[in-house]
Amino acid sequence: MEIIVCIKPVLDPELPPAKFAVDGKKNEVIPPEGMPFVMSPYDALAVEAALKIKEAKGGKVTVLTLGTKFTEDVMRKAVAMGADEGFILNDAAFDGSDSFATAYILTQAVKKIGTFDLILCGRQAADWDAGVVGSAMAEYLGVSLVVRAKAIEVLDGKLKVERMMTNGSEVLDVPLPALVTLSSEMGQARIPSGRGIIIAARKQFSKWGAADVSAEAAKTGLAAARNSLVKLFIPAYQRTCEMVTGKDPAEAAALLAEKILAIKP
Amino acid sequence: MDNNKIILVVGEMEKGKTASITRELLGGARALADQTGGEVDLVLFGEAAASLAAEGIALGADKVLVASNAGYAEFNSDGYTAFVCDQCTKIKPALCLMGQTDLGRDVAPRVAARLGVALAMDCIAVDFDAENGRFLQTRPAFGGKALSVMASTTGLLQINTIRAKSMAAATPQDGRTGETIALADAPSAGAIKVKLIEAKRMEAEGVKLEDAKIIVSGGGGLGGPDGFAMIKELADLLGGVVGATRVPVDENWVPLSMEIGQTGKMVSPELYIAIGISGAAQHITGCINSKKIVTINRDPDANMFKISDLGLVADYKVVVPVLIEKLKAMGQ
Ligand SMILES: Cc1cc2nc3c(=O)[nH]c(=O)nc-3n(C[C@H](O)[C@H](O)[C@H](O)COP(=O)(O)OP(=O)(O)OC[C@H]3O[C@@H](n4cnc5c(N)ncnc54)[C@H](O)[C@@H]3O)c2cc1C
Ligand SMILES: Nc1ncnc2c1ncn2[C@@H]1O[C@H](COP(=O)(O)O)[C@@H](O)[C@H]1O
Repeated sequence: MEIIVCIKPVLDPELPPAKFAVDGKKNEVIPPEGMPFVMSPYDALAVEAALKIKEAKGGKVTVLTLGTKFTEDVMRKAVAMGADEGFILNDAAFDGSDSFATAYILTQAVKKIGTFDLILCGRQAADWDAGVVGSAMAEYLGVSLVVRAKAIEVLDGKLKVERMMTNGSEVLDVPLPALVTLSSEMGQARIPSGRGIIIAARKQFSKWGAADVSAEAAKTGLAAARNSLVKLFIPAYQRTCEMVTGKDPAEAAALLAEKILAIKP
Repeated sequence: MDNNKIILVVGEMEKGKTASITRELLGGARALADQTGGEVDLVLFGEAAASLAAEGIALGADKVLVASNAGYAEFNSDGYTAFVCDQCTKIKPALCLMGQTDLGRDVAPRVAARLGVALAMDCIAVDFDAENGRFLQTRPAFGGKALSVMASTTGLLQINTIRAKSMAAATPQDGRTGETIALADAPSAGAIKVKLIEAKRMEAEGVKLEDAKIIVSGGGGLGGPDGFAMIKELADLLGGVVGATRVPVDENWVPLSMEIGQTGKMVSPELYIAIGISGAAQHITGCINSKKIVTINRDPDANMFKISDLGLVADYKVVVPVLIEKLKAMGQ
């Protein structure tokens, strides 16, 4: 199986709200000083899913990322986990690309790589939480699509994919080539081994620009974005918290019980 | 807006009834159409849905399009995507609304990619900006730490999926009239690549979290299933339902169906009691619309207090048993 995994570096989504800041003039997030981005957690699951398939069926896992910051870091992390090779997409022409332009550029990179059986993505990038890029890539490539998968099995040259639904799950018969996006229900991504980290440290990654992947200028970058960002801000919560106290926890709890009863519907 | 003023709503059915999200979308769409002077069209899938057409009209639709072929009875991403694309090409709506549901999450990005139009997922508001003749889309980002407002730049169709409980549900109006059109064509066989082998349904017992008036939610601070047994007693006494953050779900203390937040359920009860929950953005985004929020946490700096109305800094193991006794004594 030739598997391509798309991974994105993002501001750590577990960053506490108190450390999260926005520049209201530029409509941009201000990342805390000295804090490296991480591989978006769902993308780490996509790498994990790819490695499990490779372990079971053999083949090769190639990772792709598009961005300007911490791209080498996430590539190294994927290789340390067990991915075979990676390509970094970076070009001034790509700056400000929306989900569709991103999907277009990634699709062009996939075409340049040439052969693939399966592309894996995260269900959504843990920064803008869109959940669009994988689906758009499947449309552009004309391959089968399953979103929010929790398990993938290769059977008789096809996939059997279990995907999350609000009230349970569905098992699907999926012809190859296919694109599948992974959800958190898949489990945990592996921690890189010491040996993996050493291999990754030495690894070189080719960088591809617009010309390398034959990306048309009119389809990438801010000018091609289908939405403009009017405003980005931190929502203000209009609540004041009344702290209940007492001479000991039991007294405070008793008081809280009364207050809860007073507001209970 | 270059195209006409139609707002297309992709409807859904839930246990044979109009889904609550569809009532909400119709409420929102009708309010927008009344501002733009436009029309609301509703798409329904499956023959069974035809019986809901009249209700759709009472809820604000001017036209109901029923994909009545048996091939549409069950959700299929490939088939539904092709159908919505066809309708959008024929009707040329200015706006298409879907729920941020299994259907919307799956179909909306595909339709937008195929038609080359603007899209914003998981919106909590769509407002008409009369001055500029456009719809503004508001959506959370960064796990709910930020809100973004976006405007389409294309002048073409704009597709939005809408988060549950964000728009006020329409109330049926007697005497509203409209047209129902059955579209009997089958999905083209070649279009369907991915096929269903088996559906595994897990129906939650009792009251659904999304419908609960009172929720007692536990987090990683409960330390294990015993903690959940304790807060279940509290929830039962109050006539509420138990919810959870992602940590207890990941630890297998409770089933996935109990998870509240960005990747779980969106809830908006009258009363939300958070116990041993730190208040991560991805959790808050799912419970912030609760009317009253009460937090019990032993860390006075826990972020959860910042969005609460009532707070108690304490070890839950000490205070929850007292709460239970006291509530019993007060006749609960
Ligand atoms: C992409 C993404 C999506 C996510 N989606 C969701 C989601 O949908 N829902 C969700 O909930 N999370 C989600 N998360 C996880 C989220 O970021 C947090 O990790 C999670 O919500 C933390 O859960 P918690 O507050 O229960 O646990 P913790 O952060 O571990 O907090 C435990 C709290 O319990 C308190 N405590 C400990 N012991 C006691 C005691 N004895 N008495 C009283 N208080 C005590 C502590 O002070 C602490 O505040 C997501 C994360 C990512 C990256
Ligand atoms: N810049 C990027 N580089 C590589 N993969 C990406 C990028 N943006 C999105 N993806 C992939 O697409 C998925 C969905 O992203 P999104 O639609 O932005 O939520 C992510 O989980 C990644 O797998």
